[in-house]
This record gives sequence, C-alpha cells and structure tokens, in this order.
Amino acid sequence: MNSAIFSRGRLLLWGACLVVAITLPLVFKSGFMVSLLCQMGIMVVFALSYNMLLGQTGLLSFGHAVYYGLGAFITMHALNLLGKDGSPLLVALLPLVGGLAGLVAGVVLGYVTTKKAGTTFAMISLGIGELVAACALMFPGFFGGEGGVSGNRVIAKQAFLGFTWGPQVEMYGLIVLWTFLATVAMFALTQTPLGRMANAVRDNPERAEFVGYDTQRVRYLMLILSGLFAGIAGGLTALNYEIVTAETLNAHTSGVVLLMTFVGGIGFFYGPIIGAILITVMQIVIGGLTHAWLLYFGLFFLFMVLMAPGGIASLIAVQHKLWAAGLLPRMLPHYLATALPVLVLLAGLVGLIEMGYALLAGEGVGAGDTATKVMGMELQLNAPEPWAAALATAALGLLLTRWIGSRTRVAWNSALATLHGDKA
Amino acid sequence: MTAPAIRIQGLTKNFGASEIIRGVDLDIHRGERHAIIGPNGAGKSTLFHLISARLPVTAGAIELKGENVVGLKPFEIARRGLSRSFQITNIFHNLSVFENLRCAVLWSLGYRYSFWQRLAGLKDARQRAEAVMEDIGLARRRDTPAGILSYAEQRALEIGITIASGADVILLDEPTAGMSNTETEEAVAMIRRVTEGKTLVMVEHDMGVVFGLADRISVLVYGQIIATDAPAAIRCNAAVQEAYLGTSVSHHE
Repeated sequence: MNSAIFSRGRLLLWGACLVVAITLPLVFKSGFMVSLLCQMGIMVVFALSYNMLLGQTGLLSFGHAVYYGLGAFITMHALNLLGKDGSPLLVALLPLVGGLAGLVAGVVLGYVTTKKAGTTFAMISLGIGELVAACALMFPGFFGGEGGVSGNRVIAKQAFLGFTWGPQVEMYGLIVLWTFLATVAMFALTQTPLGRMANAVRDNPERAEFVGYDTQRVRYLMLILSGLFAGIAGGLTALNYEIVTAETLNAHTSGVVLLMTFVGGIGFFYGPIIGAILITVMQIVIGGLTHAWLLYFGLFFLFMVLMAPGGIASLIAVQHKLWAAGLLPRMLPHYLATALPVLVLLAGLVGLIEMGYALLAGEGVGAGDTATKVMGMELQLNAPEPWAAALATAALGLLLTRWIGSRTRVAWNSALATLHGDKA
Repeated sequence: MTAPAIRIQGLTKNFGASEIIRGVDLDIHRGERHAIIGPNGAGKSTLFHLISARLPVTAGAIELKGENVVGLKPFEIARRGLSRSFQITNIFHNLSVFENLRCAVLWSLGYRYSFWQRLAGLKDARQRAEAVMEDIGLARRRDTPAGILSYAEQRALEIGITIASGADVILLDEPTAGMSNTETEEAVAMIRRVTEGKTLVMVEHDMGVVFGLADRISVLVYGQIIATDAPAAIRCNAAVQEAYLGTSVSHHE
C-alpha cells in the first residue's frame, strides 16, 4: 500500500496512457477524429480540475466555467499580443498564461465563494458565474461581444523543432503534452498534505478544525489550484479553436463539466477522465447523428444519477473487485443476457423519440415533415404502423429487461454477498 | 509556579433566555486526570464545547496554560495544544484508519497546507500515525475505511484522532458511552496508557470509569459546579448525593 507517485505499476499505467494518446491519431487519421481527440484532451483537464472541488473537497460548484473561460480569453489576448514576433515555443507555453489567469481569478473570486461550504458555496458559485457571464456581454472590448475574440495560433515564420502548430495533428500533440502534465500534477496534488486534508474537510469539516486545520483556508487553496488547471484547459481551448466566445464561461459550460465529472465518477481520480471522454464523444458523435441529442444526454444523466450514483468509475471498480475474486466469469453471461433486451428497449425508445421529435420540431428529411429517417429506415410519420412498431419494440424490450434484469440482480446480489463475505 | 492547564472563571452560556452554564469556576491542574460528572442536561458537553470553542462563550474567561482563549477559533485552540473527542463519533468516514490518524498529526508536525511534499515521503507523519494505531489497537484495520468499523473500533479511533497530534491537554467526551463491560475495560486501560503524562479532562457517566481513572472529580449540576474534590471525598459529599437523588454513587463501584 505504498502510495508513492512513481511506483512501477503506476509509471507503467501513466506511460501506457501517454503512448495510447500519442498513437491514436496514427490510427484515426481523419480530421474529424483528430478534432474529437483534441476536445477530449481539453475536457479531461477541465473535468479533473472540477473534481478537485467536487470529489476531493466536497464543493459543488455551478460556476467552474468562469476559471476556464477567463483562462481562454486571457490566453487569446496574449496570443494576439504576441503578434508576429512570437515563436511557436511561446505559443506552446500560452496555456500557462491561461492557468495563471485561472489562478488569479481563483484568488479573487474564491475568497468570496469559499467562505462557506455546502449549499451556500453552491449558490455563491452560481451567482459569481452569472455575474462574470453578464460582464462578458457588458464589456465587448475585452470579451468580443457576440462574436467573441479570435486569433491565429500560427504566427511564426520559422518552426520550433519542426512545429508551427498549424496542422490540427500538431495541435493535438501540444494538447496531449499539456493534458499529461496537468493530469500528473493534479494526481500528485492528491498525494500531498493539502490534498489529503481536502478529503478530510470533505468528510468532516468540524473534525478537521479540531485537528488544527482552518477549513476555509483548505477550501480556498483547493479552489485556487483548481482555477489554475481550469485556466490551463481554457488556454488549450483558445489555441485549439482560435476563437473564444462568451459561451466558454457561462452556466451551460459549468453544467457540462459537472455532468462529465459526475457521470465519470467523483470518488475516483480517473473518474472525470472517463466522463470527459465519454460525454465529449456523445456530444459530438450523437450530436452529429440526431437533433434530439440533448434529450438523450439528459436521459443518460438521469439514468446514471439514479442507477449508478458513483459514476462509471465505481462500476469499473466493482467489476475489478469481482474479477480479483474470480467472480466476474460468473457474472459475464448475465451482463450479456441483460444487454440484449436493453438494446431492444433502446431501439424502440429511439424510434419513438426520433419520430416524435421530427413531428414536433419539424426536423424530418421529407417534405412537409411527414417522414423521417431512423436507423436507416424511412418512416412515415402520418401512418400508424411505424408508431405501433416502435411502441411494441419498446414495450417488448421493457418487459424482457424487467424479467431478465430481475434475474441478473439476484445473481449480482449473490456475487456481491460472496465478495464481501470473503473479505470479512 | 506554572499556570494551570485550564483555568475557567465566571463562565456562562445562554441559549436564548435559558442559562445552560451559570458561572463556572474551575482549575484543571497540569498532568491531572479530571472527571466532570453530573446528571443529564447539567451542561457537561456544553462546558466542553465552550472550552474547545465549538460554541461561543456568553461571558467569563477561559485560559489555556495561562493564555486567554476566549474568542479563538477551534483550529487555533487545537494548535495551542488542546485536543478533544466527541460524544457522537466524529471521524473522517471515507478515509482509512491510517489516513484518519495521519490527518490528525499533519498540523502538529508542521506540514500545514503543503502541496509540494509527498505524503508518502513524510516519515515522521507515518510513524506517528502508526504508533497511535498500535496504541489504540487498530493496527490490523489499517486500510479499512473508518465508516465501516464497528462501534467500539470507531470509538477507539475517535480517541486516537484526539491524541495523535500530541496535544498535552486532552478532553474526552463520554469515551465509553454505549460500550459493553469488556469494551469499557479495554477502553479505560487504553485511555490510561495514551494519556500518560498529559492533562486529561473527561465527561463520563460510568461511575466505575470515573472513580477508576480520575485524580479529581467535579460535579456539575444545572450549569454550576457544586463540588470539586478527590474521588473519596466526592463519594461522601452530601450535596453530590442529593444531586444524584437515589443513585448511590458508591453502589456503582
């Protein structure tokens, strides 16, 4: 149980992640995929910085985008200040400027927000978030108004070690580097006195005071450091998109990062990484497939909150325990048996949602919005048959899911009982 | 002539119109084991909350080792070497036994809010936490999350967190509450061991524990101390016997 940061196993894991991240664009060469990967990396840093508050210190913030957004704007202005005299090396270091902006914002705003914990903190963070978002529209000189602020990350005549950051894949390399450094730093922070006392303050602020710690100071420091990393993520987003709009620091962005972190799992360091990757894929891939993606997004979040409040990371942790106890082979057939009716249920639901959405929102492919394409099938919205078929599929899926699901639950409970019985 | 560990003078505490502590004067000598007893609702826990700054004082003075501590925050008092336990277990539930104890030693070893040092590299913090873990008999539960320990184990951890910082004035609020006879015996032996050479003040209902451990006893009734004396003298004190109305103190021993 030695928790050294650079134990051999951990080094291997970090190394493997880095190698995978670097080789991904060699496998997925399309521009779309590289852009997707870039967005993932940025969101990983942002979500991890958010979990420094939510998972590690127990602070539910509704305004984390403020630090991200301010980091992005300052980075963009710094990029434009560099102008033609800058070198690619300076451009590569710009996320640090974003990080400093996030840190300073944390020092100023965090002083107010971290006075209190719990609901008060959540409410103040929401208020400050709205305040800064309103400022973004009030000061178009700095925030660029509706159009935002744009810049050009390719400013140099000569390249630095062959890099100009012009091609998207070079930008991806830069993002991987920053994401890796920020992730290692944030992990290292969890292994320090401050990181551990943040956990203590999360668990029991009163007792933390009685062992000598000013809980307000612990919260304040964690928020400042979290602002630093959010700012770095903001700096990366500025360089990546070469435009920053007011949306980067508004409540929607704050909501998305909360969602990513929660879905991934706040109780584990790697949880937000999973959440950031998954939600980014959902946003971009599902968002490209259907106009109703926000609805699916909401349903998915609802499902996670109700069924797996520990997030995906906690599900993985349980599977890992089952596997270590040799119980996973016993559960696998049950998982597969459950997956089938769930797919049927999903197919039915998707059919209903897509047809309903096309009818109500007028997003159909045919004239007069009487037809829509779902999973490759052309469906007539004014005929009863497609509706009946979708409804029947969903109903059948629901029945089968409940029937097989109840058996899976029995097997699941017995596996868990065996697991805990073995341990005690 | 050193100042007493704790000197309380004219201490009062009101909750709205009701007076809970009504002018308490009390000196706790350095190195003594002092028990505070009294019927339910006498204000024993409130007195602890006032000394440790969990509650603000209405009026009066509290000195810790000769220094005024009224108006300080709980963490400031903890840093001056006063550590307390709670009647209702107050631990870090999601952290392991070891992490609970390590959190309790960090400040006193001077690590403050450090985010540039690795916990794993802090040998003194580890050794101190491990020593306390041995002392309270939880070494085999090292990596167990505190929240799933048994009740008696949680009570032991509660005391462990209290003493881990090395504070020289220890306040224990009903350390054996809810324990079985065997568990109580073990707890008393443990308390005796870990508070060796320190000043101990405790609130306790179990008279066996009180008369077995305490050098002096104070009796608190309706927010006032009616007697402070050695156990033998307290046992024969008429006012005390009256306060306990029907409960013969000697019977419990």
